[in-house]
Amino acid sequence: MVHRPSSPIVVENPWERLNAFTDARIGLGRAGVSLPTRKLLAFQLAHAQAQDAVHCSLDCEALEAELTDTLNLTASPIRLHSLAQDRATYLQRPDYGRRLSEPSREQLQQAAASGQRFDLAVVVVDGLSALAVQQNSALFLAALNQCLNDDASDWQLAPLTIVEQGRVAIGDEVGALLNADAVLVMIGERPGLSSPDSLGLYMTWAPDVGLKDDRRNCISNVRPAGLNPEEAARRMLLLLKEARQLRLSGVKLKDRSEDNVLEGDAVATGFKDNFLVAD
Amino acid sequence: MSQCYHTTLGERTYRFSNLAELMAKATPPRTGDRLAGVMAESAEERVVAQMVLAELPLTTFLNDVLIPYEQDEITRLIIDDHDTGAFAPLKHLTVGDFRNWLLSDHATREVLTAVRTGITPEMAAAVSKLMRNQDLILVAKKCQVTTAFRNTIGLPGRLSTRLQPNHPTDDVTGIAASILDGLLYGSGDAVIGINPATDNVAQSVKLMRLMDEVIQKYQIPTQSCVLTHVTNTLEAIEQGAPVDLVFQSIGGTEATNRSFGFDLSTLAEAEAAAQSLNRGTVGRNVMYFETGQGSSLSADAHHGLDQQTCEARAYAVARKFNPLLVNTVVGFIGPEYLFDGKEITRAGLEDHFCGKLLGVPMGCDVCYTNHAEADQNDMDNLLTLLGVAGCNFIMGIPGSDDIMLNYQTTSFHDALYARRVLGLKAAPEFERWLADMQIFQDVSTYRLNDQLPAAFANSLRHLPKEPRHGA
Repeated sequence: MVHRPSSPIVVENPWERLNAFTDARIGLGRAGVSLPTRKLLAFQLAHAQAQDAVHCSLDCEALEAELTDTLNLTASPIRLHSLAQDRATYLQRPDYGRRLSEPSREQLQQAAASGQRFDLAVVVVDGLSALAVQQNSALFLAALNQCLNDDASDWQLAPLTIVEQGRVAIGDEVGALLNADAVLVMIGERPGLSSPDSLGLYMTWAPDVGLKDDRRNCISNVRPAGLNPEEAARRMLLLLKEARQLRLSGVKLKDRSEDNVLEGDAVATGFKDNFLVAD
Repeated sequence: MSQCYHTTLGERTYRFSNLAELMAKATPPRTGDRLAGVMAESAEERVVAQMVLAELPLTTFLNDVLIPYEQDEITRLIIDDHDTGAFAPLKHLTVGDFRNWLLSDHATREVLTAVRTGITPEMAAAVSKLMRNQDLILVAKKCQVTTAFRNTIGLPGRLSTRLQPNHPTDDVTGIAASILDGLLYGSGDAVIGINPATDNVAQSVKLMRLMDEVIQKYQIPTQSCVLTHVTNTLEAIEQGAPVDLVFQSIGGTEATNRSFGFDLSTLAEAEAAAQSLNRGTVGRNVMYFETGQGSSLSADAHHGLDQQTCEARAYAVARKFNPLLVNTVVGFIGPEYLFDGKEITRAGLEDHFCGKLLGVPMGCDVCYTNHAEADQNDMDNLLTLLGVAGCNFIMGIPGSDDIMLNYQTTSFHDALYARRVLGLKAAPEFERWLADMQIFQDVSTYRLNDQLPAAFANSLRHLPKEPRHGA
């Protein structure tokens, strides 16, 4: 095949307008079969920003003030720290990120000295994106509070906690020390190129140190351009209610929250939204 | 039956208290082994461990098992399924001899196929620890593992791709847009596989139907998979959903798999259920497994083994259930286990080699996360090396950016780069389809069509006017 001198060096994709329907990097075009320069540099910039996000630290004072204000808390959230002293240690020692520092343990033991039991402990953890926690925690917690208040049964909440340099499993230690039946961890997920601000939600029934992933249920990607806080809160309430009823969580507790949003005809005939199969 | 291994180098005597310690210390350095506290304490100790390991007879691994037979169903699987007939040509070899034999002209493709069931994961892991990257590439290239469902994957000179159209809210139009983009760049012959954002049965069934409709409408010789838990897929099959492949993440110890919420009997049930649907046209391989170094340690289920040995044991699980595809998601786990581009590259080559040697249809998710010390250049290197090594398949994603799982893997463009520079082709049935659909102007010279192929131009006219979500 002879190259026609009139054909362009960069071939645009005629389906580029599909970009309006997704954040995925589709319709990039090509130089030969390779990325055009402009698209290459846009990617490099996004990667540079995501790497920077990993190393940004949580502004605890600001978060505390915002949560206290938004949720009308009578006491400030309890501030805790994992065994990982800094980000460099955190990145290489996930075991340190799963356990509380000694002072934090003592602090929680004092807070729980009365022996009172709670239905739920909510733990806010920086994880791999402090940005996600900073931007989405208050919105999600306000929505969750609303759901819990509207629910027919009573939900006694343990004192709210904020953990720095923490991983998901640290919530189990916090929940156990606070005598909570269930724990909900809100944690910054690994930043993606298009989503440096994604919050993950992990729920465990009967939290205890050393529990594995099969005991947790997860709702992911809570952020403005992803799953909105109200919908995330609605799904979390369903999980919590089912966990409380069955007294378990994890693999044995399947998330059935989507079942009721599927329309009957859609199940039978497939999806009218799928333009690839429209007639 | 655990025994002590030791040697003297000059004035100094090195002792390794058991086989697990010896293998761990012989392993090229990586953060996960340091985290587990099993790494060699010095560069010298590492090479000494490799020297001791090289002297061990291969039969050692049949007698001195790393995790007790009584405690671990994967040890039982490895020992009970060991084929002594196939092992006969190797049984007199030490680990060091085994490396020489694998590299030698005796070990042809046919011979390597014949001895496969005589090799245990521990033998493969042990020899890989003595091998340089080029050794791992050369021997893997000699191994051929071919599987089939609606097309044939793993033939020499072929490199397939999984089209991975993930979307953070499972939005149907968003997913369909990524599928279209991928197909028009020639991606998707290994599988069209979605990681669902919402992991439940109803959502999975919805996504299965979406992909099934696309495959049927365009008569694509490929298969679909929703990467949800095996028990969800079993439930979907009961509900009558169109399941091509059953997915599961697997690890190399029973405790790892229990932490994932399944055991070997679950996988057997799943394979039988998917085969009973008879949806394949050219083959009956119905399982899709994913693995990755560090998963056992991450689940605190590694029994003191190094992460590469645990990984190789996962391939014993895989080969038991005749998978179409096994994918080592090498850089996904993060810098806690594989710190940088160098460690990720080494691990990717080890996994591909061990998998192929054991007869597993190995592909690789050439990838990294944003908290790892790695970038696109590292991925270019590993992709090229794996292409040379004859890797069965890689991922294909729009612009390398997985907007749901938040990591970077190979793009549709990357796969075409590898095919062009290395002269590799898609699976034969899929390659014919690409030509028939006029997605390529000329498949043999890798020239894409500058125009939109007619069948897809028609579909684009059905696009909704306004985005449903504020994208």
